[in-house]
Amino acid sequence: MSEIDATRPAEPPGASGQPDAEAITTEERGQFKTVVVRFLRHRLAMISLFVFLLILAFAFLGPLVWPYDHTIQRDVPASISPTWEHPFGTTSAGNDVFAQVMRGTQQSLKVAFTVAAIATTIGAIYGAVAGYFGGRVDDILMRIVDVILVIPLLVLVAAIAGATRGGTSWYTIALIIGFFGWTSLSRLVRSVVLSLREQEFVEAARAMGASDIRIIFAHLLPNTAGVIIVAATLLIATTILAEAGLSFLGLGIQAPDTSLGLLIENARSAPFTRPWLFYPPGFFIIAIALTVNFIGDGLRDALDPRQTLVRR
Amino acid sequence: MLVYIVRRILIAIPVLFAASLFVFLMADTTGDPLLELQLAQPPVSEEVIAAEAERLYLDRSVPERYWLWVTGIGGNGDIGLLQGEWGPSVRSASYDIGAEIGSRLWVTLRLVTASLFLSIGFGILTGVISALRQYSKLDYGLTFIGFTLLAMPSFWVAALLREAGVWINQQRDGPNIFWTISASSPDTRNFSNWELFTDAAGHLILPTLALFLAGYAALSRYQRASMLEVMNSDYVRLAKAKGLRHGTVVRRHALRTALIPVTTLSLLLIAGTIDGAVLVETVFQWQGLGTFLVESIQRRDSYAVMGFLMLSGILVIIANLIADILYGVLDPRIRYE
Amino acid sequence: MSSVPPDAGRPPQRDPDVVLEVDELSVAFPTEDGLVHAVRGVSYQLRRGEVLGIVGESGSGKSVTSLAVMGLLPSSARVTGSARIVGEEMVGLKDVAISRIRGERVAMIFQDPLTSLTPVHTIGRQIGEAIRAHRKVSKSVARDRSIELLETVGIPNPQQRVDNYPHELSGGMRQRVVVAIAMANEPDVIIADEPTTALDVTVQAQVLDALRSAREATGAAMILITHDLGVVAGQVDRVGVMYAGRLVELGAVDDVFYRPRMPYTLGLLGSLPRVDEDRGHRLTPIVGTPPSMVNLPTGCPFAPRCPMMESRCLEEEPALFAASGIEHHAACHFHDRLTDDTAPTDLFDTAAADSELTGEYEEQP
Repeated sequence: MSEIDATRPAEPPGASGQPDAEAITTEERGQFKTVVVRFLRHRLAMISLFVFLLILAFAFLGPLVWPYDHTIQRDVPASISPTWEHPFGTTSAGNDVFAQVMRGTQQSLKVAFTVAAIATTIGAIYGAVAGYFGGRVDDILMRIVDVILVIPLLVLVAAIAGATRGGTSWYTIALIIGFFGWTSLSRLVRSVVLSLREQEFVEAARAMGASDIRIIFAHLLPNTAGVIIVAATLLIATTILAEAGLSFLGLGIQAPDTSLGLLIENARSAPFTRPWLFYPPGFFIIAIALTVNFIGDGLRDALDPRQTLVRR
Repeated sequence: MLVYIVRRILIAIPVLFAASLFVFLMADTTGDPLLELQLAQPPVSEEVIAAEAERLYLDRSVPERYWLWVTGIGGNGDIGLLQGEWGPSVRSASYDIGAEIGSRLWVTLRLVTASLFLSIGFGILTGVISALRQYSKLDYGLTFIGFTLLAMPSFWVAALLREAGVWINQQRDGPNIFWTISASSPDTRNFSNWELFTDAAGHLILPTLALFLAGYAALSRYQRASMLEVMNSDYVRLAKAKGLRHGTVVRRHALRTALIPVTTLSLLLIAGTIDGAVLVETVFQWQGLGTFLVESIQRRDSYAVMGFLMLSGILVIIANLIADILYGVLDPRIRYE
Repeated sequence: MSSVPPDAGRPPQRDPDVVLEVDELSVAFPTEDGLVHAVRGVSYQLRRGEVLGIVGESGSGKSVTSLAVMGLLPSSARVTGSARIVGEEMVGLKDVAISRIRGERVAMIFQDPLTSLTPVHTIGRQIGEAIRAHRKVSKSVARDRSIELLETVGIPNPQQRVDNYPHELSGGMRQRVVVAIAMANEPDVIIADEPTTALDVTVQAQVLDALRSAREATGAAMILITHDLGVVAGQVDRVGVMYAGRLVELGAVDDVFYRPRMPYTLGLLGSLPRVDEDRGHRLTPIVGTPPSMVNLPTGCPFAPRCPMMESRCLEEEPALFAASGIEHHAACHFHDRLTDDTAPTDLFDTAAADSELTGEYEEQP
């Protein structure tokens, strides 16, 4: 549901069916170029990226050119089936559903991007600090993560978002989800940093008198960038689902504003009577989560240095 | 093994206490249970509000209230988790949160357990099959289905399934095929035990279907990755080199070790399933804990919200404990640690 | 793929004494960058009781060759040619048929003892399983035999150790358990793939001892794959040198070590520190890196690094020519220019290598 998918493990190196630990020499390429080439070759990820960009344009540029907005308008007839004028029909109150879906997608994406930014920042720094200092610090920090993880995320966020109801706009929702959604990412970053800190370049930096803060920010975090980028991408998909769930429960974004979850809530008895109200918001959620997951997968394949050669 | 289990339990206890503090702070500091009363029209007198605040222990300081909530020492006998009391409700003085949670717990637990078992069973099965047939059409198909299920909001699937059930019921005369509302029939007084069971099971079908899919998809992908790693491991290669047949190698050497990393997913799997249950119960209008939570949040009933959060924390910790013990059974390296 | 000449150490008719016959074996892997030709037409024979060392850098195809013999390559690998164990063809064999030969006729020992044993079963069970895969014996008989085998490979207290899990044993002990598994059914051939590489030097000797006892107890012939020439010298009867997926020199250990006829072998020997040499002895590194296995240039794959390189080397890949000595073969157009007296320092320039290395370091800030 809301959290499971964020924890999808990195596909183990063996998944590519490498024949032997023995490396096979091929032509050398720059690290960055290799990553880009690998990503471009990942056809599914490329298609997903294209679709995702289309969705972005629809959500952010669409409202600028579409004649209606998501609010109730006098010149919009109520409860009509799809027409060229109103491709997804209208609601009984007189909203153009096409404009609502545009707005809903935009709000959901804004929440998702903000959460990804907040959670990635907190999670990366938190995980890096725990992994770098290790010992007691690590123990305490990770026990705190354990405690937060014990309470289901959506339930926790719902309790807090519900309590702060009234001023619920997209950024309060984003702040709340972001504030609790970083735990899985911090575990991931910690485990990478734990292995990195034993390596020579960290020793060298320490020998040269670099401060702990400098080592964490200048040496460790840049080297976990691959893991962080992939996790942040997947976090977007997770958040889209979490925000939709929250709004569906009536504890997220409130009318007159709208979000994809709220649109589904409004149309939840309509799949067989007025399908144009029910399917579009659902399909947009699925499309965003699906494309983002595929992009994340493509990034992971491109960034994983262990996944060397063999592929079919 | 016994030492290992005891140690796991001992580790779980401080986590439980830390979780109680966390849950208390989150629910206590973010909402004001008296807001509704203060905004009521016509206005309510100060005395009434003060009396209500006293009843809800809101006149105490935060640490004092936490102490009360956990131990109940110094309260009016309606509070104190360790005494089995969940605290007074905003709804009314006679509303017993504990009794409400108690009666709804079994309803929700039914749904959560059923869908967990389905997630785990199908997830492991298809994950293993996918890995053994890597890059086959079946593998691609299962992977694609998994990705799609991961992207589908469970409440959307639930609404779709429910309306489909309603629609199918309408298409034919005679008794309904699908139960689409509530966890059991409205009147079960004359039901035999068997009828009670089939009634509950019938009501479970659609919600469980909606709920288990996301967990299944996550677990299946995880199991596939884990199985692939094991199948490419040195010890599987050595097992083949000994002259064991493929099937024997998979059964004896690959399967058991491939299950080990999957047990670590349990914490997130059950937490995710509880999240999903809240949404699915809302769609199917179950009188379960999920709808209890939503109502409590809407009523700003902070002890009820805390109660739910604490209960889900306890469930997650117990599930995690079971997973840890399974881990120990599967992996001799852990047992002697 | 270049052709290997008819005289590549292959007698005209099948010799009953030959337990492993590899013939024109090639392996290619499809990858993102194209087909990787990991093994290109390797042929050799192994006689009963003989020990053949195969040396080469990592990536030279030495491990892939033996995995192909065992049928243990991933299904994406394209294997052509032939590998016969006691006359039975291994290439292309299906699961049921090949599992009858594996463990019974040919056994294998892998590089990393820490990952070679299944973590969730006791070692007794894992040895017993190897026996019971080929012999219809009871569990208790298999267990007794396991204890016996553990004793043979030099594990103290085998009666207790047999019930241990792998994680309770040290790396050296685990590798000896793997040796015990390999000898369980007294195979005709044991392939040991870098059996000591992952171990401490002090433990290496114990494992080599265990291997020797295994050979003596079973009479098995052995292929010892390693990049450690020191290990080879004391253990083997014959040596094959692999480079870029091909055997480039093959012969009796003394011939190859003291009278090499391929510049690469000479270079390998020259880069080996030796205790018995004078103090003033210089090491001679081979400059450059092995070629890409995706787009191999025509000609001799060693040519770009070879001090004897001439234009012919870039045009034509040399076959394995018969060289001096008994069944000594070398893949060099100019093998006859190397004589018994050629020292590594005559060919490989220590100074040039040094200056190139220093140059490389200077480039980096």
